[in-house]
Amino acid sequence: MENKERSRRDLRHDFPLLQRTMNNKPLVYLDNGATTQKPESVVRAICGYYGGCNANPHRGAYELSIQATDIYENARAKVQHFIHAPKANEIIFTKNATEALNLVAYSYGLAFVQPGDEIVLTIAEHHSNLVPWQMVAKAKGAVLKYIYLEKDGNLSEEDIETKITEKTKIVAVTHVSNVLGLVNDVRKVVDKAHRVGAVCVVDGSQSVAHLAVDVQQLDCDFFAFSGHKLLSPMGIGVLYGREALLDKMPPFLMGGDMIEYVTEQDTTYAELPAKFEAGTQNVGGAAGLAAAIDYLEDFTFARVEAVERDLVAYALPQLRELPYIELYGCDSTRDNKTGIITFNVKDVHPHDVSTILDAQGVAIRAGHHCAQPLMRYLGQNATCRASFYLYNTREDVDRWIAALKTVRGVMRLD
Amino acid sequence: MPDLSGIYTELIAEESRNPENRHHLDHPTRTERGHNPSCGDEITLELQVAGGVIQDASFTGAGCAISQASTSLMINLIKGQPVEKARHLADLFLRMIKGEITDDSQLEELEDAMALKSIAHMPARVKCAVLSWHTLETALDQGKA
Repeated sequence: MENKERSRRDLRHDFPLLQRTMNNKPLVYLDNGATTQKPESVVRAICGYYGGCNANPHRGAYELSIQATDIYENARAKVQHFIHAPKANEIIFTKNATEALNLVAYSYGLAFVQPGDEIVLTIAEHHSNLVPWQMVAKAKGAVLKYIYLEKDGNLSEEDIETKITEKTKIVAVTHVSNVLGLVNDVRKVVDKAHRVGAVCVVDGSQSVAHLAVDVQQLDCDFFAFSGHKLLSPMGIGVLYGREALLDKMPPFLMGGDMIEYVTEQDTTYAELPAKFEAGTQNVGGAAGLAAAIDYLEDFTFARVEAVERDLVAYALPQLRELPYIELYGCDSTRDNKTGIITFNVKDVHPHDVSTILDAQGVAIRAGHHCAQPLMRYLGQNATCRASFYLYNTREDVDRWIAALKTVRGVMRLD
Repeated sequence: MPDLSGIYTELIAEESRNPENRHHLDHPTRTERGHNPSCGDEITLELQVAGGVIQDASFTGAGCAISQASTSLMINLIKGQPVEKARHLADLFLRMIKGEITDDSQLEELEDAMALKSIAHMPARVKCAVLSWHTLETALDQGKA
């Protein structure tokens, strides 16, 4: 254990931001569900692109533009292999998961959902995989239905069986809830969706950086994620889609780079993936994402999972000993917990908890976590969330729990 | 960040849990909902205005200690005041939180609500402190229409 702890501390030197202090204390960063910090190699890849290879890809017939194109397309190939997509042209770069999911909603949803059709979501969706589907349902006169949860926070198997019907055209499900931190049995949902002829859209924002993802094993039709939750810069995201579906979908955004021929009145569109990548893309972001994938693959998912499991197993018994701590999503009857612990301090609003922890150098998330329907379902206005990543240590957990023990005192409740 | 003992003072902590102003009015003439969508603070302000005077005021809602204390302190201050005076107090409070007025002698009218002055140095919590005061301004503007 001691050796493990030491190597984890060394690992923190890869992350420039983790060297800084917050309110005169070493920073304990426990908001990795919102965004992760970036290793030096990722920062260098972005700087290297802008400092050495910047040109508009896919355009100029000159060497620099070709180099930029290579960096961009190599990043696409890296993402393809990372999530085991069959083809590189099934990887569409977007701004983030939200834009990727909007792409599916605006393009596939508006084109293929008809009045009276049904769209099935889970109650645990982030707003990014929920609000776009409300838009489609309203625009097309479709019906939105929800899969609710078992007592232990996992998706209701009964709902998966009964809510997805012959009328269902789209099923949208998160791989891991950003509040509950439980890995959903996506394959089960996908199989049911496919049995009724529906497509399944998976939000991988909270999974792709924490466990090995294989879109062919999941058998999903679309898979979306943000780079910034995976050691990468903000502003780069990914949509994987099955080629056959992407081919029949209309473009989402129109403009440069996504065309084949343009006349005064008409346009024919480019092949995949360019068809869905209108305008100059975030090449520096793609370079950063590629470096992040290298970093993560070098570290291995086995170690990511081991770190997160260790920290959850270390923290939970200590939290359960505090009578004023309420936990959410921490009683799964399955072995499917990731490094997210959502909690409340009794009688104290999460924002006050967050302010008090911040004063002690501990950064956690407080609020509704962009999951208001789930909050209402859990009977909470808001919650606190600590989320771990590969650079967190038991020492971080100690600092977090020590700070938690001061909260009720600061609020003059004890 | 300033020392938290200047933020979570006894007054703020107690007032955030004080039930006195937390109820519905029998006959509100104006009801206004205020919401911070990014954090979920939510209040509904009820006013009974007659003859240009706020005869009674109350609120319901949920949120952090700062938003709830700020709302309750505001109600203590505006109850029984002419509408124009309430507007003046809201303006004064908001300028205090923006850090535009720092001289305590100019803030005395805010009475206990002056306890929130240090929020001016906590950008992350400004929106919590000002929620009810913006809601009050909107509620008072209803009367203009």
